[in-house]
Amino acid sequence: MKVRIPTPLRSYTDQRAVVDANGSTIDAVLGDLERQFPGIRFRMIDEQDRLRKHMKVFVNDEAVRDLTTAVSEVDEVTIMQALSGGGGATPAFQA
Amino acid sequence: MNSDRWESTGDGPSRRAPDRCGAGTVLVVGTRKGTWVFSSDESRRAWSAAGPSFLGHICQHVMLDPRDRRTLLCASSTGHLGPTVFRSTDLGATWNEASKPPAFASGDQHARSLRSVFWLSPGHVDEPRVWYAGGSPQGLFRSNDDGDTWEPVSGWNDHPMWDTWAEWPDEGTPDGSMLHSVNIDPRDASHLYIGLSGGGVFESTDGGTDWKPLNAGSVATFLPDPEPEFGHDPHCVRLHPHRPDRLYQQNHCGIYRMERQEGRWIRIGDNMPADVGDIGFPVELHPRDPDTVWVFPMDGTDVWPRTSPDGRPAAYVTRDAGSTWTRCDDGLPARAWFTVKRQAMTVDAQDPVGVYFGTTSGELWGSADEGASWFSIARHLPEIYSVEFADPIDRES
Repeated sequence: MKVRIPTPLRSYTDQRAVVDANGSTIDAVLGDLERQFPGIRFRMIDEQDRLRKHMKVFVNDEAVRDLTTAVSEVDEVTIMQALSGGGGATPAFQA
Repeated sequence: MNSDRWESTGDGPSRRAPDRCGAGTVLVVGTRKGTWVFSSDESRRAWSAAGPSFLGHICQHVMLDPRDRRTLLCASSTGHLGPTVFRSTDLGATWNEASKPPAFASGDQHARSLRSVFWLSPGHVDEPRVWYAGGSPQGLFRSNDDGDTWEPVSGWNDHPMWDTWAEWPDEGTPDGSMLHSVNIDPRDASHLYIGLSGGGVFESTDGGTDWKPLNAGSVATFLPDPEPEFGHDPHCVRLHPHRPDRLYQQNHCGIYRMERQEGRWIRIGDNMPADVGDIGFPVELHPRDPDTVWVFPMDGTDVWPRTSPDGRPAAYVTRDAGSTWTRCDDGLPARAWFTVKRQAMTVDAQDPVGVYFGTTSGELWGSADEGASWFSIARHLPEIYSVEFADPIDRES
């Protein structure tokens, strides 16, 4: 199936905006992406297999956070990141 | 990478560094929006810049391995993306991502997820490929292969007291707590110190298997008990390589020194001018003289502006282990409102020692005479998170 890649992750896909990946669940699709583009999964999914806070995954037009969500070859998966910035909310690590 | 030439302003010292031939100083700089490498001539007054690498990426800490003088690591926690470490062996001309970045264990008992790699420390000289990384939340991670693959240090991350020591899950600081200041005893690779903001200073004598708080004598005035066993907020902790039983720390509540055999922090910041105080982030040690230390005080009153007291930037140096302090502001702006973060001050290895700091307003400052006078190296950079001296092998003449 087609997977759309957001710009911050295209350094992993040789700047390709759309790549092909296989899998019957979102988790499997992301696993196939990791196989093809090592390192890409951990930037989206944390070590407890949770979608990172500001990352979004759409199956066609529907946002999903459950990685066990089933997908088929006719679906299109879109990885996006939530818009943010301008508010100074980035951790500044002062303490 | 892009390369530009930066010329410092003003006149500088002409004394040539006797212990390094044919080379100036190299600084690796991590910022809110990428990394830069600054290189000087022998006078340390003319600088060239290479960069940025990782434009737009948050580069929390960049560090060259002083052992092989070749491996450069960059801790990155870019925007929406998960944290990682990038590696270079050509001083940042090309980079590769760690094949297994720092992360808590899958199925971790606290379900922790690493938000940021906050701190990088090269390991002991007898463990030439070992690195440590401190994170937010306050995890400790170790690499045995020059930063390519990382594993959690279970003795710390899974310590039965970890959640208490690390204030989990509350994380008392507004930006999240972080583990920093990984110090390794040069006599013993298994003797480690770490700093927790907040949490305190902790020590391991068995390679990180077990840990104990090391906070006696330091205060935590923000807690009901101002002298607890842990819960302090060390901002930066340094061990002197030539006198490894001597530790210094710049704490949220003062500047301290410890002679390890005494096991008690002494507040040497009490000797700072009262109108300046002894609050700040960085503490930097002379590479050869254990009695000489630089700090960069900030305003810790009221709501903690974290700018220089009264908006008058200055470093302070002690040459007698904290008994007396001298203000170092010649060449610095009369009034300015920046912060110098805990990784954003460094010293080189020359004689006289060069002292350098970066600001939250994107300015890089240097002194080639141990702080007696300052000059601008660069302006208009992004917010500077880290400035580290580097001694790359490729610059040998």
